[in-house]
Amino acid sequence: MSEYILCFALFCIGLYCVLRKRNIIKIIIGLGIIEYAVNLFFVLIGYRTHSRAPILAKGQSILNMVDPLPQALVLTSIVIGLAVTALIVAIAIRIYEKYGTFDITKIRRLKG
Amino acid sequence: MNNRTLEQKNPKGMTLIVKTITRLTVGLILLYGIYIVLHGHISPGGGFAGGVIIALCFIHLMLAFGREVALKKISQGVVSVLESFGAIMFLSIALLGFWGGYFFFNFFLHKGKPFELFSAGIIPLCNIAICLKVGAGLFAIFTVLVLFKGLGEKG
Amino acid sequence: MELQILLLFMIFAAIVAVQIEDLLSSVIAVGALGLGLSLAFLILKAPDLAITQLVVEILCLIILIRATINKDLPVIRDGRWFFNTASTLLFIILFLIFAYFALQELPRFGQPIMRVAQNYINQGLEKTGATNIVAAIILDFRGYDTLGEATVLFTAVMGVLAVMRRVGRKKSSSMV
Repeated sequence: MSEYILCFALFCIGLYCVLRKRNIIKIIIGLGIIEYAVNLFFVLIGYRTHSRAPILAKGQSILNMVDPLPQALVLTSIVIGLAVTALIVAIAIRIYEKYGTFDITKIRRLKG
Repeated sequence: MNNRTLEQKNPKGMTLIVKTITRLTVGLILLYGIYIVLHGHISPGGGFAGGVIIALCFIHLMLAFGREVALKKISQGVVSVLESFGAIMFLSIALLGFWGGYFFFNFFLHKGKPFELFSAGIIPLCNIAICLKVGAGLFAIFTVLVLFKGLGEKG
Repeated sequence: MELQILLLFMIFAAIVAVQIEDLLSSVIAVGALGLGLSLAFLILKAPDLAITQLVVEILCLIILIRATINKDLPVIRDGRWFFNTASTLLFIILFLIFAYFALQELPRFGQPIMRVAQNYINQGLEKTGATNIVAAIILDFRGYDTLGEATVLFTAVMGVLAVMRRVGRKKSSSMV
């Protein structure tokens, strides 16, 4: 159970970073931490003690494998996370070029 | 001699040490990426990891030698064509499954012996398609994002 | 036991990344966090994920360093201390309450419920011929997911190109 609790703690740190910080780069970092925590949680759920990786070996039948389904879901999620991070960084660079700052409270013109 | 002419030809980029090491290692990185992709169905790896490794190979070249050399090897138009080709290849493999009854049908009748390179039906083909898609997409993102100042009016 | 130590290291790296003021140091701490996550995947018997996470983390670091380097940024203080902290604490407490109720319904660590996955493991080799079960799942049993992922990746690439391009920018910026 302690693994789950540590994973929740990692999620909470990311949530704190997103909600509390005013720097756009810090917010991107917080989103990345949240993404890592969620990926880790998926893999933690599928883990089985004293087991083998989900890859068959030649000449022997493996009965105790970890759950391969969360791994397959997370594998696509990691690459999507990279692309989404790149998209947010692109928007942040645009904002810096237009307003000269990374501070979200200084960007007045976004407020309607 | 060859190095010096290359150095004079491309004053941009990093120092000579970095360029020499890059010239030695970049082929090995590309080969490793291709190995990861082709053996994706019998060992750890697959299209996603291999695609990112191949993109990193060209990014390595671009960081060391400057923008022009890397874009001469693989230009922006080629990158967009490769990405579209990966997407269309993946979709057409999926659609060809209707020949056997349903979407993503594994339409090879003889799937080959397990633990060999040519086995598992459509899975290596799908790996190659995903590798093209992921590698070209990430390389395009990097080109636009990191070398943004040098982008100019070309768009 | 080594998993807990690795998770504590990751939490430490995350706290450093959040709290340090220099942005470049913060990005480097995120790199440490991602590499620790790659090791954790390796301990959790997921070698595919470990390779992918390792490679993706390197590219992510390069992109984030691009965003932070060569900019003389002033240190941004966090204003409105009481209101921001109170709302943040409210959300975190709300999350922890739901997490507490969810934790009792979760399977115990190390004993997963493998109703669907056991089927995949048993029939994976004869139905697809691939010995890597994860590849068999993402490209054969659940090909729809991968197709959707490819679409999302394509959309993200198009988004980056649309945000960063130069064509037609003068007109729009003069209009705003």
